[in-house]
Amino acid sequence: MPRAEPGGAEQREARLGWALVLPAIGTILLIALFPLGWTVWESLHLHDLRMPWLGRPFIGLNNYLEAVGDARFREALVHTLLFTVASVTLELGLGCVLALAMNRTFRGRGLVRAAILVPWAIPTVVAALIWRFMFDGDSGIVNAALTSIGVDPPVWFVDRFAAWVPVILGDVWKETPFVALLLLAGLQGIDASLYEAARIDGATAWRQFRYITLPLLKPALLVALIFRTRDAFRVFDLVYVMTGGGPGTATEPIALYTFTSLLQNLRFGYGSALSVLVFLVAFLLAVGYIRVVGADLTGERR
Amino acid sequence: MSRGARWAALAVGLLVLATAFPFYWTVVASLTPEARLFAAPSLLPTGLVLDHYRALFVERAFWVPIRNSLIVAGCTTVFSVFVGSLCAYALARLRFRGKVPLLGLVLAVSMFPQISVVSPLFLLLRSLRLIDTYPGLILPYLTFALPLTVWLLVGFFRQLPAELEEAAMVDGAGRLRAFREVIVPVAVPGLAATAILTFVYSWNEFLFALSFTLGPERQTVPVAIALFRGQYQVPWGQVLAAAIVATAPVAALVLAFQRRIVQGLTAGAVKG
Repeated sequence: MPRAEPGGAEQREARLGWALVLPAIGTILLIALFPLGWTVWESLHLHDLRMPWLGRPFIGLNNYLEAVGDARFREALVHTLLFTVASVTLELGLGCVLALAMNRTFRGRGLVRAAILVPWAIPTVVAALIWRFMFDGDSGIVNAALTSIGVDPPVWFVDRFAAWVPVILGDVWKETPFVALLLLAGLQGIDASLYEAARIDGATAWRQFRYITLPLLKPALLVALIFRTRDAFRVFDLVYVMTGGGPGTATEPIALYTFTSLLQNLRFGYGSALSVLVFLVAFLLAVGYIRVVGADLTGERR
Repeated sequence: MSRGARWAALAVGLLVLATAFPFYWTVVASLTPEARLFAAPSLLPTGLVLDHYRALFVERAFWVPIRNSLIVAGCTTVFSVFVGSLCAYALARLRFRGKVPLLGLVLAVSMFPQISVVSPLFLLLRSLRLIDTYPGLILPYLTFALPLTVWLLVGFFRQLPAELEEAAMVDGAGRLRAFREVIVPVAVPGLAATAILTFVYSWNEFLFALSFTLGPERQTVPVAIALFRGQYQVPWGQVLAAAIVATAPVAALVLAFQRRIVQGLTAGAVKG
């Protein structure tokens, strides 16, 4: 029964709006935002589950100071940055080539799209195992292929530099499709008549790419860049399964070190401080993303 | 075919080959007897057997993690799509003050690195005695699933013409009835794509499942595979068979609904 309510239709609509968003927003506040605040609070305490007799004293910024002086943390940070730069560069480059090529071939585009979507959809754990197997010392096909062309392969997962190769290749293999599909959607949004006009004016393929494709693809490129940077920065599954961060801690990224501090060393205060630092970087990337798609956020025409 | 088109076709062909080969190799290895796995690999396999798959289900009870994953990912998906669609409808099609900040909040939460909430969620679940239980996984999963569904569905709902509910409301239906009887049926493709993506993300999730389970009874598929250990060395045959089993459902879903999924994935992101 529609009840006569105080206020006009506008107020009723507002009330309904809040009623509909409440369950979802409430859940998000409860299980995401509240824990985030808790992480920050936790990071200001000494909280070691292995030493419960110490209690949980407030120690201010000491955990952060410890992080700054922690060589393993700094190395993990460097690993994460190098991994991010290497993998994101390769993924954007390859993704761009693939998108441009897919945009030109008309037959079998659906098939190609389906084929490249599969690596993106599978569990990262599975991707890690597949690439670990291919680079495995005893049975690996990579070593067999390298040996057959006369190259002496390194012992991949024992060498602190060579261990990065399968990690980065696995990430590129899994994530490039996503980049390519984002860019392809961007390419398909470009008005074909622009290219016709350019051809009539005698513009070369390179000039068309440089002055039409690239500028108009910029939003899609930026979105792909931000998404991939965010995901690469928090890489965990791939490394945990493929190298376990080894040899030693040579391939340990920041998320893995944080996980180890929390759930293996049970240092919740210190681990939380590391979590906050990871969060801050991700937050900056998110702000960048919202700036880029910000126009769309308020979306509708008024 | 012009020269450019030929190069494009060649590039696509090579990249598709590079994408497909690791799968091919994994399938072959999962069907090769353990003894021959470590001999010189050959591209064209012979004498394939189902031993590893049999061992997986008979010796390792691999159906337990499959059951766990189905329950956790299924519940996460149902809850997220139900609650998320109400929220997304309001954010996409109703006018009220405060919805732009709410959208911003949803987007910001969807950008959270999972690791940044592992410590409080662990302490919270421990004090609620929910570690190593299904709710103890479903609740954390909502932290990424719910923002994802809301964000995707806002995109879908916005694409529908405004006249839809207006017509229904002129006929005397209230907003909610218009939503249920007019919008939901039209939005079924969008809801389906969202549900599939949410399921895939939940099925694949690793960090929370690793952090909040203790043993094989509640481990999900990715955790079970990652923690596979043989007595002396990695039992590659079984590991890869498990990898294929874990991949099959999501690969099938994605292949069946690829067009809609790509639309859903790219719609929200690309409009700059």
